[in-house]
Amino acid sequence: MHPAIQGLLTIAIGVSGCIGYFYLSNQVLDKILFPARGPNAGRNINRANMIRPWLFLFPALAALGLYLAYPVVETLRLSLTERVPGGGYEWVGLDNYAQMVAEPKFWEAMRNNMLWLIVVPALSTAFGLLVAQLTDRIRWGSIAKSLIFMPMAISFVGASVIWKLVYDTRPVEQDQIGMLNALYIFFGGTEPQTWLTIPLWNNFFLMIVLIWIQTGFAMVILSAALRGIPEETVEAAILDGASPFQIFFKIKVPQIKTTILVVWTTITIVVLKVFDIVFAMTNGQWETQVLANYMFDKLFRANDWGVGSAAAMVIMLLVTPILVWNVRNARKEME
Amino acid sequence: MSEIAGTRPALRWAVHASVLFLVVLWVVPTLGLFISSFRTADQIATSGWWRAIFPSEQNLTLRSAAPDTQVQENGLYVIEGNLFDAGTKARISKWGISSREIDAFEPGQTAELRKGGTITVQANGDYRMENTQAFTGSRGSRVFVTAELPPEFTLDNYHKVLLAEDSTDSMAKAFFNTLTVTIPATIIPILVAAFAAYALAWMDFPGRALLIAAVVGLLVVPLQLALIPLLKFHLNIGIGKGYLGVWLAHTGFGMPLAIYLLRNYMAGLPRDLIENARVDGATEFQIFTKLILPLSFPALASFAIFQFLWTWNDLLVAKVFLIDASGETTVMTNSIVELLGTRGGNWEILATAAFVSIAVPLVVFFAMQKYLVRGLLAGSVK
Repeated sequence: MHPAIQGLLTIAIGVSGCIGYFYLSNQVLDKILFPARGPNAGRNINRANMIRPWLFLFPALAALGLYLAYPVVETLRLSLTERVPGGGYEWVGLDNYAQMVAEPKFWEAMRNNMLWLIVVPALSTAFGLLVAQLTDRIRWGSIAKSLIFMPMAISFVGASVIWKLVYDTRPVEQDQIGMLNALYIFFGGTEPQTWLTIPLWNNFFLMIVLIWIQTGFAMVILSAALRGIPEETVEAAILDGASPFQIFFKIKVPQIKTTILVVWTTITIVVLKVFDIVFAMTNGQWETQVLANYMFDKLFRANDWGVGSAAAMVIMLLVTPILVWNVRNARKEME
Repeated sequence: MSEIAGTRPALRWAVHASVLFLVVLWVVPTLGLFISSFRTADQIATSGWWRAIFPSEQNLTLRSAAPDTQVQENGLYVIEGNLFDAGTKARISKWGISSREIDAFEPGQTAELRKGGTITVQANGDYRMENTQAFTGSRGSRVFVTAELPPEFTLDNYHKVLLAEDSTDSMAKAFFNTLTVTIPATIIPILVAAFAAYALAWMDFPGRALLIAAVVGLLVVPLQLALIPLLKFHLNIGIGKGYLGVWLAHTGFGMPLAIYLLRNYMAGLPRDLIENARVDGATEFQIFTKLILPLSFPALASFAIFQFLWTWNDLLVAKVFLIDASGETTVMTNSIVELLGTRGGNWEILATAAFVSIAVPLVVFFAMQKYLVRGLLAGSVK
């Protein structure tokens, strides 16, 4: 069957299946199991209302449980086992972790991930805040914001191609077609550089791609937060003779501190999961490995599910503090 | 700052200038790829894309017409014509007839051909070859020119990438595969999540707060953890690698954000509305379909855009759950990565393919930016 027809069929089956499930299960509940008539009408209505939320929740909970909660447990189990040739698993305790920790590539990935974790959220948030503040109330501000926001719609792979052209290198006797080398030569560089192969620095060239994408996100959120600041606080500061920089750093930034923190943590999560950019641009060569790509390498190239799962658990471990913080905030808000 | 900026022109100009600088910085990389996608392989490889908008000086090897077009004039054998294709407006500054001396002559000068006879080339490319004997051979003579060519753009790359039938460059199949992944993977989670969000927002039952907290927690679980367990699961239940698997995976991975966004929005709907409907005897199912769903349109649209962008741009999930060894089900992001790996030098194909893949999300982005911004704000500001 042609995939497009299969796709349409899936939409039809999926949508009608969902509606059918919800409609019929409600009908069964109200008409057959606990009909709202007869001697027990009142009790039946109460019982039906106790069960109904679970009817509404069931498909979503099943998806959440199967696709997100179960894998956490299963990955933990896999990270403690080794596949035995011929099928089956063998309990190996922490061997996979020990093997991983002994690999220099893993420590390279850890070091790079730490660099990413410091640089990308910091610069994305800083640029986002800068743009949000500068475009506030200039007449073409919304167009400017829209253009800086645009990379959000571009895939990591597309962005990788875009930036690979910027970083392109040609031999010294030819015209440079990469913008960075062209600028480098223009400002007095002698040898064109192959930017993505210079250890340590190449990490920063990869980070620029993610910063370029995430700045728009930070800008949108922070721009809304800046607009939410009460006018009086700013006006009072102006009357007191504060300079624009004082107003920004001493009046505005402290008032949007929590929003900055939310932006920062959201980008941190994105950074921890970053895979496509490294995969497409260097594939971890020249000392640019990161955890997510290291894990992919282990799982699908080395076919070592044990160590791959152990690497995934390291990512999970790094995410956990943010997870706990988010859940606690959400609970506080609910009360 | 702007209140004060209004009174200080210098500061106001500084603000305008720095915003302009940032916008240019952000747009130029994309612009480079866009312009490159309209240039030929030669043009991309020999000059930066920023030169494409200006006339460029190039060294070209051209050929006169073949000897069988010669005519006799007053006892002389003559071949006449123009070196350039019809419609090309180029100006020759230097020319030559040997690859070792490509700039031996000025326009208007006459050169002795090695096989006998002479050739005169004008600045606009007109040439005249004269000989006392007939020209022989099957091909014309080579002429090397240094010429200034006007900017030239071509749609050939797009033709090759989108319409070529057989070639490995064709993205048409990957484009439709991507659409096939994206549309069901966007629509189905919305429906499933909407019901759950309604229950979490407006129904009272024990464990509700706990469930909401769990959804918030799952929001940040890296999907990397899910790859192996779910691939194993899909292989065990017989789905294997394929569209069904990738649809299910995207549905699962999109679920926390969908529930979270929709619940927050639905919880903000006026309480009276729902209670009045309940008093009037509407069932929960009716309230949901007739009242909540239409009112929640902005939130539904926000999530739909997120999920569309995310599934269209995804590489990892497709690589793990969809693309098998045959490569029949490849998606655009994967094709582009393969192009990057195997033929990193073919910028014309790469740029065009990347742009085709970027174009769809960009259209969605600019058309529905309002909902995207709204969704982002609802999703992160607490």
